[in-house]
Amino acid sequence: MHWWLPFKASTFAGPIDGLFLAILIITGIAFVLVEVGLIWFIVKYRARPGRKAFYTHGNTRAEVIWTTIPAVTMVALGLISNHYWVQMKGRNSIPANAYPIGVHAKQFEWQITYPGADGKLGTPDDFTIRNQLHVPVGRPIVVHLSAEDVIHSFYVPQFRVRQDVVPGMDIKAWFQATVPGTYELGCSQLCGLGHYRMRAQVFVHTQEDFDAWMKQAAQEASQ
Amino acid sequence: MTTVAATAHTEHGHHDDRSFIRKYIFSTDHKIIGIQFLFVSLFFLLVGGLLAMQMRWQLGFPGRPMPGGGILPDTMAPGGVILPEYYIQLVTMHGTFMVFFAIMPLLVGVFANFLIPLKIGTHDMAFPRINMWSFWTFLVGGIVMLSSLFVPDGAARAGWTMYAPLSARHDYSGASIGQELWSVSIIFVGLSSILGSLNYITTIINNRAPGMTWFRLPLSVWSLFITAILGLLALPVLSGAAIMLLFDQTIGTHFFDPGAGGQALLWQHLFWFFGHPEVYILILPAMGMVSDIISNGSRKPIFGYHSMVFAIVGIAFLGWIVWGHHMFVSGMNPTLGSSFMVSTLVIAVPSAVKVFNWMGTMWRGNIRFHVPMLHAVAFVAMFVIGGLSGIFMAATPVDMQIHDTYFIVAHLHYVLFGGSLFALFGAITYWYPKMFGRMMSEGWGKVHFWLTFVFYNCTFFPMHITGMAGEMRRLYDPNQYTFLQPLQPIRVFISISAFLLFASQLIFFVNFWWSLWKGKKAPQNPWEDNGLEWSLPSPAPHGNWERVPNVYRGPYEFSSPQVAEDYLPQYKKLPTDREPAAASAATH
Amino acid sequence: MRKLGLMAVAGVAVLALALAAWMRPQPSAEQGGATITGKVKFTGTKPTNPKIDMSEEPKCKAKYPGVPTEEIVVVNPNGTLANVFVYVKSGLPATYKAPEPAGDVTLDQDGCRYHPHVLGILVGQKLAIKNSDGILHNIKAKGVKNRPFNISQPTVMTSERTFTAPEVMVPLECNVHGWMHAWLGVLPHPFFAVSGADGSFSIKGLPPGTYTIEAWHEKYGTQTATVTVAGSETKTADFSFAAK
Repeated sequence: MHWWLPFKASTFAGPIDGLFLAILIITGIAFVLVEVGLIWFIVKYRARPGRKAFYTHGNTRAEVIWTTIPAVTMVALGLISNHYWVQMKGRNSIPANAYPIGVHAKQFEWQITYPGADGKLGTPDDFTIRNQLHVPVGRPIVVHLSAEDVIHSFYVPQFRVRQDVVPGMDIKAWFQATVPGTYELGCSQLCGLGHYRMRAQVFVHTQEDFDAWMKQAAQEASQ
Repeated sequence: MTTVAATAHTEHGHHDDRSFIRKYIFSTDHKIIGIQFLFVSLFFLLVGGLLAMQMRWQLGFPGRPMPGGGILPDTMAPGGVILPEYYIQLVTMHGTFMVFFAIMPLLVGVFANFLIPLKIGTHDMAFPRINMWSFWTFLVGGIVMLSSLFVPDGAARAGWTMYAPLSARHDYSGASIGQELWSVSIIFVGLSSILGSLNYITTIINNRAPGMTWFRLPLSVWSLFITAILGLLALPVLSGAAIMLLFDQTIGTHFFDPGAGGQALLWQHLFWFFGHPEVYILILPAMGMVSDIISNGSRKPIFGYHSMVFAIVGIAFLGWIVWGHHMFVSGMNPTLGSSFMVSTLVIAVPSAVKVFNWMGTMWRGNIRFHVPMLHAVAFVAMFVIGGLSGIFMAATPVDMQIHDTYFIVAHLHYVLFGGSLFALFGAITYWYPKMFGRMMSEGWGKVHFWLTFVFYNCTFFPMHITGMAGEMRRLYDPNQYTFLQPLQPIRVFISISAFLLFASQLIFFVNFWWSLWKGKKAPQNPWEDNGLEWSLPSPAPHGNWERVPNVYRGPYEFSSPQVAEDYLPQYKKLPTDREPAAASAATH
Repeated sequence: MRKLGLMAVAGVAVLALALAAWMRPQPSAEQGGATITGKVKFTGTKPTNPKIDMSEEPKCKAKYPGVPTEEIVVVNPNGTLANVFVYVKSGLPATYKAPEPAGDVTLDQDGCRYHPHVLGILVGQKLAIKNSDGILHNIKAKGVKNRPFNISQPTVMTSERTFTAPEVMVPLECNVHGWMHAWLGVLPHPFFAVSGADGSFSIKGLPPGTYTIEAWHEKYGTQTATVTVAGSETKTADFSFAAK
C-alpha cells in the first residue's frame, strides 16, 4: 500500500514534493487549528440552562489578524510556486541540449517517434514505435506533443510531469529522468471509452543502454 | 407591486379559491415554486447518487456483475457487468445531475425562491410568472437530460465538463443523440437560471420591507443576492457555449474542431469562465444559510457581519478571474498560469475570514445542537478540508502532479458534498417547518447526520491518498496500470463506504416524506430565530403577510442584553425602537 | 374426448406450419440457379505486411509462434490474393427479394486480430462480434450509409449489431490496438464471396441475367467484370491485381 506521492524519478520530483510537503504543513496547521477549535468550542460552549451567550458583534483586531496571516502566507506561497513553475513550464524553460522525442496521441494509443541517429526530429531516419517511450537517464528530454483526434494528457507520475495533448496545437514539455527503470505513461484526460487502457511503458535507460537500444530499434524499423 | 401580490394581500386570511392546478402545479407563489424545485431536485439528487453507486461498484469490484445490474440493457451492462462506454456515461451523468440538477437547484432554486421574499419581507417575487417559467424550463431540461440515458448509444460521455472535441464529434465519443440532448438540456438549465437570477436580484433590490436596510439583510439573502448576480453573468456564457457545441454536433459548424480550423481550448475557456463562478454559485448560498444557522445555534450574533458580507463579495469578484486554474496543464500559456495561480491563492483569504468568523460566532456561545446546527458545524469542518486541499492544486507545480487525479475528486467532493450538501441537509431541516408546517424527526435527523458524517469521510478522504499516488480520474478500471494495482484495497474500502453513505441518505428521504404527513406540528418559531419568516404561521400562507412587518434591527440579535430571552426578532418593536423612516419601493 | 383434443392440437400445429411456410419468402432460386466462380491472381513482388509488436498484450502475443503481421495484402502460396471481396454490384432484377438471412455472421477477435479480416453480411442480418481474447477491444464501425457505432468489449463476450443499408465497405477498427482493421461488405442480396486461401471464390444461386461483378481489395482498389449466366450453368470470372 502506498500512502505518499509516487517514487521520485525525475528532477521535478524534488521541488514538487518539497512544495507539496510545505503546503501540507501550512494547511495542516490551519486544519488542526480549526478542527481543534471547533471541537473545543462545541464542548466548552454547549448550551447550559440559565446561561446566555456573550453578546458581541465581532472584534476588528482579531479579524485584521486572521485576514493578514492567510494573505501573507498565500502571496509568499504564490511567489515560491511561481519560481518553480517558471523552471518547469515557463516558455524558455526547455534546456537547449534537450533530446527531442515526438509523442503523437490518438484514441487510444501513444505513437512515439524517435529522432534516429542524427538526433533530430523531422528527418528521414525518424522511426515510430507504439506505446513505448524509451529515454536516457540524466538528460533533459523534450517531448513534442500532438494529438490526432481529441484531447489527451501525457502523464508519468514518477516524473511528476503532466501536459495535455491538444489537437491542433504543438505543445512541448520537458523532463529529466534520474533513475533508470520501467514506469508507466498514462492518459489523464478522458478521451473516450478506451481512455482507461491508453497507457504506454516508459523505459529509462543508461546512456549506453539507450544508444544500444536506439541502434537496434532503428535497424528493425528500417527493415 | 404586482397583481398577484396584490390579490394575495386582499385574499389573505380568506378561503384560498385557486384551483389545485393553479395552486400546486402552475403556481406563481414563490414558496410553492421553491417546494417544486425541492421535490424535483431531491429526485435528481437520488438519481445522481444511484449513478455514483454504479461507478463505485465498477471501481471496487471491476468486471463483476453488479447486483441488480441484470435489468440494464446489453448496451450498458451485459449480464450486469458495466461496460466502459456505460461507465463514462455514469461519470458524465453523475457530475451533470449533481451540479446542474441537484446542488444548484437545491441551493438556488429552492432556497432563493423560498427564503428571499420571506426574509426580506415581501408578498412574492417581483416577477412571479417569470419565476414559474424558471421552474418549468428547469424541469424540461431535467427531463431531457434524464431521457438521454435511454436513447440509442446512451447518454453523453465526455465528462460533465464536456471537453471538446470529444464532445463535439460523434465519431470521437461514440454517442450522438445523447451528446446533443446534453447540449439542449444545458441550454434549458441556463435559461432557467437566468430567469431566476433576474427575479432574485430585482426582488432584493426593490421589495425589501420597511427598515430592511442592506446591512440588516441576513447573510443567506446576501449570499443569494451575490449568487444571483454570478448566475446572471455566468449562465449566458454556458448557454452560449452549449449552443455552439450543439451547432458543432448537428449542423456541421467547427467551433471546437481543430481539424477544420476550430479551437479545442475555446471550449475550456468558455466552460470554465462559466464554471468557476459556478463553483461559487454552488457554495455561497450554502455559506449564507450556514451563517444563519450557526448564529442561531450558538445563540450569538454573527461574528463580523460586515466582513462576512465583504468576504462574499470578495469571493464572488475573485471568482471571475480564476477560471484558468482549471487549465494549468491544458496547453494554455504558462505565464497566464502564474497570474491565475496568484488570484486563486488570494481567494483563500476571504474563505479563511469566513471560517474564522464562524468560529468566532461559536466562541463563548450557548450552543444548541439541533440537527441543522450539527450539519452547519459539519459544513465548517468539512469545508475547511475542501478549501485547504484546494491550495495544493492552486500551486501550479504541485498541480502538475495532482491535476486530473482522485485528489481533485476528493477536493471537489469535500466542497460540494461536505460543504454544500451538509449545508443543504441543515437548511432543509431548518426551514422544513415553514414550508410544510411540520417538523422533521429530530432523532432520525441525528442518526442520519452521524452516519452521513462518518461514511462521507470514509468515502472521500481516502481519495486524497489514491490521488497522491497518481490515480487518474475517470478510469474504468485503474488496475490496468501496474502502479495503481496495490491501491485496490483502498478502492474497495471507498466503495463499501460509498454504499453505506448512500444507504444512510435513505434515512433522510424517509424522514422527509414521513414527516410530511406524520411529523410533529410545527410551532410558529421552532428554532427561536430572528428572521421575518418566523413571524408567520407554519406553513407560511399564500401571499405571506397581510401587512409586511417593519424591521427594527439586524437578523442576528441573539442574547441581546435588551431582552430577557436569548433572541430578539427583527420584527419585534422595543419601546426604544423608532419606526423605520422610509418604506422601500414595493411596500404599501 | 382426449383423441379429439389431440387431433385439434395436431390440426392447429399443421395449420400453423403451413401458414409459416406460406409466409416465408420464396427461397429465390437458391437451389439451382447459376454460379460464378473464379480466382484472384496476384502479380508482381509480394509486399511485406507491417509487423505487429504485441508485447503490450502478452495474452495475444502468446497465440503466435513468431512475430504476427498485419493482413493488408495476403498473398497465398499459389500466387493468388486472399481477402478480396467479390460481389454482384448490379444486374439483379428490380423485383429481386433477398431470402431471410440464415444465421448470424461471426466476427471474432482472437489474438488481437479480426477473423475474418474481410467479410460480407446481408442488410438486417446479425453480426455477432466475439471477443475471444478477454482483454479490452473496442469496435468502431465507420460506416457512411449505416449508422456508425463504437462499442467496447472489456472481457470475453459477444455483442450483436445489424446494418440497415447496403454499403461496400464498412471499415471496422479497434482503437486500443491500432493495427486491428476489418472490412465489412453490407449487401441487400447474398451474392458475395471472399477469396480464400487458394484465391478462389464462388457465388452461387444466381437467377439468370447479366451481372456486373466487382472485386474489392483494401489496398489495390476495385475491378469489375461483366458475366451473363443462364439456367444452372457455371461461369468463370478471374481477376488479377498487380503489386503497386
